[in-house]
Amino acid sequence: MRRLLALLVLVGGPLLVIFRRRDTRHERVSLYYDDGSMVTLERGAPGSERLLQLARTAL
Amino acid sequence: MSRPAEAVRLDDVEPAAALADLTEISSQIESAVVFRADGSMLASTLADDVRAERLVGSARELLEAATASPAGAGRTLTQLEVALREGSVFVVLDGELGVAATTTSSPTAGLVLYDLRTCLRSLSAPDPEESAAPPRRRRAKKTADA
Repeated sequence: MRRLLALLVLVGGPLLVIFRRRDTRHERVSLYYDDGSMVTLERGAPGSERLLQLARTAL
Repeated sequence: MSRPAEAVRLDDVEPAAALADLTEISSQIESAVVFRADGSMLASTLADDVRAERLVGSARELLEAATASPAGAGRTLTQLEVALREGSVFVVLDGELGVAATTTSSPTAGLVLYDLRTCLRSLSAPDPEESAAPPRRRRAKKTADA
């Protein structure tokens, strides 16, 4: 029983961390300009938090 | 006597039809609104007007905040996507018109943007009867001088 629990913690823990990090990275802002260029602002980039907050309100 | 009410009605029908086409072709779009640059709403897929007006307000705030971003110095913003875990928000501008849409989580951004641009183009496209070019005259064949 203890072994099973240890195995669950060893395997499940890192998986949980990976999935959470992937979810956070998923949040981003993409800005497209008239010259055809595109800028992606990841979470934490200057100005991105306000845009993410506004989008959250819209959803 | 002029009939402005009728003109307004016609103005409202076309964006609504464009949005109906949009939601028909794109299953990823959950809600969408068409609005003018001054913030007035032209059509919406939302039954609740308050929610629709709120989406227009959020879209305009997003545009303002994105335009102010240092990332776009000297360039004009034409479209944006904000991706969240619970879904995405898209805003596309074409001249005086804009369209904002919310989608399911992890949408195919390129396709959604293409559909939104097509929707806006269909609204800003000139009336085919007005833009019809006069029939071209056929050039008379030059006859070679002997």
